[in-house]
Amino acid sequence: MRGIEQNLQKFNESGIRPVAISVDSPDVSRNLAQQAGYTFPLLSDPNAEGIRRYDLVHAGAGENGHDIARPAEFLLDSSGTVRWLNLTENYWVRARPEQILEVSKLLQ
Amino acid sequence: MTARRFNWPLWVGFVLTLAAFFTYFAVFVWFPATRDFPWANLVLFVIAGLLLFMGVRRGSAPDRPHPTSSKIVTSIVGLLSLAVFAFFVFAIFIAARWLPASTGAPHVGQRAPDFTLADTTGRQVSLNELLTSPINGSAPKGVLLVFYRGYW
Repeated sequence: MRGIEQNLQKFNESGIRPVAISVDSPDVSRNLAQQAGYTFPLLSDPNAEGIRRYDLVHAGAGENGHDIARPAEFLLDSSGTVRWLNLTENYWVRARPEQILEVSKLLQ
Repeated sequence: MTARRFNWPLWVGFVLTLAAFFTYFAVFVWFPATRDFPWANLVLFVIAGLLLFMGVRRGSAPDRPHPTSSKIVTSIVGLLSLAVFAFFVFAIFIAARWLPASTGAPHVGQRAPDFTLADTTGRQVSLNELLTSPINGSAPKGVLLVFYRGYW
């Protein structure tokens, strides 16, 4: 997410809107955004309802056995169709912004 | 000979082991080149390991001023360092892979499931709004959804 913030201008120029989603409450997300300097939207899905629709629930992996999201990235075109996705197998390994920007060029 | 008494390779090796562990989370995790594969930390662990090996040999030598206590301290520091390394390997290469397969995640070509979620100000934002509200005055070409584990 730090990489996305650093490349936010390039994402905007490509017409791509980055949005991050987690089970964190809006307050926690706001703190994170302030501390880390994130200016793109952070959305709050405390009951993992949206996360469940994407089959990304990591059951019991959060604090006190709460369900959280497993890391994943989806690039949607303007019709809302998935054009690219990354389901990492190791949560220290994430998609790189350059890679996503490269794929973004394919979107009209 | 004070230089002989202080087992510097052991202690430097131990400190370096701790540094090799914590710098991943404090420093190297911020750079994709050192995060995706923690080679910088593994290099630090290797150097620490060599120093510890020297230190353990030195600490077990019979000419130490206090051979028994020296051996005990050396063994504890050595084992502790080994445990730190083992925990690092576990955290980075094993536990980090305990992720659900997510076989039901939307595939390329499928429509992304809709959602309406609160932003940091509490305002409800729908996927449709994200897809349609302008970026710098023009219609977006796409939306990048990044799901993350969060602070909980």
